[in-house]
Amino acid sequence: MSTDRPLLDVKGLTASVAGKTILKGIDFVVRPGEVHAIMGPNGSGKSTFSKVLAGHPAYEVTAGSATFDGEDLFALEPEMRARAGLFLSFQYPVEVPGVANAQFLRLTYNTVQGARGRDELDPLEFDDFVREKMKLLEMNPMFLDRSVNEGFSGGEKKRNEILQMALLEPKLAFLDETDSGLDIDALRIVAGGVNALRTSDNAIVLVTHYQRLLNYIVPDFVHVMDGGRIVKTGGKELALELESRGYDWIAKAA
Amino acid sequence: METSTVSPFLDQLLADRPVDSARGWLGRLRGQALEQAHGAGVPTVRDEDWRFTDLSPLYKLAFRAPAVVPEPTPDAIRPHRVAEAAVRMVFVDGRHSPALSSAVDVLPAGLKVERLGDVDGEWLRSRLGAVAAFTDDAFVAINTAHLQDGAVVVVDRDVAIDAPVHLLFVSTQPDAAAHPRVLVVAEPSSDVTVIEEHMALHDGAYCVNAVTEVIAEANARVRHVKLQRDGKAGFHLATSAARVERDARFHSHDIAIGGRISRQNLRVALAGEGSECHLDGLALIDGRQLADTHSFVDHAVPHGISRQRHKCVVGGGAHAVFNGRVLVRSGAQQTDSAQQSRNLLLSERARVDAKPQLEIFADDVKCAHGATVGQLELEEVFYLRSRGLDDLAARNLLTYAFAAEIVDAIGVKSVVERLRAHVMARTGAQETLR
Repeated sequence: MSTDRPLLDVKGLTASVAGKTILKGIDFVVRPGEVHAIMGPNGSGKSTFSKVLAGHPAYEVTAGSATFDGEDLFALEPEMRARAGLFLSFQYPVEVPGVANAQFLRLTYNTVQGARGRDELDPLEFDDFVREKMKLLEMNPMFLDRSVNEGFSGGEKKRNEILQMALLEPKLAFLDETDSGLDIDALRIVAGGVNALRTSDNAIVLVTHYQRLLNYIVPDFVHVMDGGRIVKTGGKELALELESRGYDWIAKAA
Repeated sequence: METSTVSPFLDQLLADRPVDSARGWLGRLRGQALEQAHGAGVPTVRDEDWRFTDLSPLYKLAFRAPAVVPEPTPDAIRPHRVAEAAVRMVFVDGRHSPALSSAVDVLPAGLKVERLGDVDGEWLRSRLGAVAAFTDDAFVAINTAHLQDGAVVVVDRDVAIDAPVHLLFVSTQPDAAAHPRVLVVAEPSSDVTVIEEHMALHDGAYCVNAVTEVIAEANARVRHVKLQRDGKAGFHLATSAARVERDARFHSHDIAIGGRISRQNLRVALAGEGSECHLDGLALIDGRQLADTHSFVDHAVPHGISRQRHKCVVGGGAHAVFNGRVLVRSGAQQTDSAQQSRNLLLSERARVDAKPQLEIFADDVKCAHGATVGQLELEEVFYLRSRGLDDLAARNLLTYAFAAEIVDAIGVKSVVERLRAHVMARTGAQETLR
């Protein structure tokens, strides 16, 4: 399952927002083909961790390093990280009125394709291509004509995020609370889409509050964050234990 | 008011009235308005209502009603045609142009679109000036003193007109003053959309002083789309006033794109129980432009609903002004009012003065208002960058989207598309979305 060279290697990462330290020393390694889950109570820093790696400008990296596919991640602008193959699925995707989803999806796809030295698609070619990908997520093609995320339900927004993941073919995808607010049918569809995108070359990090998602996307590793640190790492059984015992026992043990 | 420094402007404007041959009430109305205009003078920045909008560049100029009005070729106005329109009425430098207007004998049943002078006098008398009183505003008085030509749109009871009525006001020459007048009367349970568009075929200075009155009778629906696309040296002064009667609904879409200085007064009287107004505004300006919107929503009776979204996108050294006054009178219980003013500054020199003004004299109401001024949301820019777009592309796209929300709500497809293209070009999003 794993090769020697990590896809992502984070060492001693600390980060702050508005002068307040949120991440207090994180070591984290992901290898190709792996699925990781990062769990933890609200305010533990798990969402911040994924945002810092994707380059959110509100956060300042104060110490530590992150190597992504051999490159110094923190030396790259957010868009360069995306083009290099890092993807972040947002907990709250942004609405972009007046821009048709198809137009936006093609724009991001072609931008990233161009940066990777691959062919861009014209609107007709892209239409065929994106419709195939939408089947994976059981998305109605009418979502192509609507403005980006505008008036989408929570579940539709999350599907649209995973659709972008399918188009951009990241090496490493962070899915931030992709499961929250989804009913069971939507969760099943979204998880099915994510599973279909897994290969031995890419990797997925699920950032979640709930164990439920892990029934559908089974992780190789489960990490528990608390107070800006990873306080416990285990296999998928750790998630079940968290479900039955809550987070308190780990915080105490740590 | 300060009148001495501005009297040459005003005298010129008022002296230039067409010879008044009208007898009866119309002549008297003009005469009273003329008296009012002379007496009151024109406003300066010393007037609270005009604090941020300095009209002195306007007062330095003299404008005349042009002696000769050239007829533009149909090709000149072709780009401004609204494909969906049931009828198009064109005014050139303030005067009706039969040649450029569409034939009026093919109108849908129940819709009348006529020149002011062709409308029955007694019918007109009780309606014209009933909503936009010349005593309320100096420029309404000047407009009323010049009352001669204009458009009257009437929809019969229970008739819904799907296709919009397009009123196009074209300026063809510098130094010309025009005083367009529009009256829209929607009889009970009728439904109509009126597009009022202002544009120029030259880059010189000119003055448009427009007054539009809307009467939405019981249970009627009126949508008024105002496209202010005046020339870059043009001055646009306007009042749109609506009276919304019982269970009626008034939608207003005010788009201010052109003009050197523009001032839009929007006055809505929610006069009948259960009446509603939805006011959307967008000012998209740059360079040295100034766009000022002063709105006034008057909740006079119970169960009224008002919704207002006003947005300004300000670049270069431009200046946007928004003053949104909402009055809830003591009898207007169960009023539900929400107002939102959002302003985007694209440069260091850009400026906006936004002021919500809520006055509530009833005790059982739901009122909310908010104003924001600033740059794009960090989170939104980051979202697009996380999908591979560079910073500039992300910002251009979001600026476009900010404006597009107001454009998209207009609901007339060809107008939405035309404005989207314009906004795209102005925000640089065109390059991104090519």
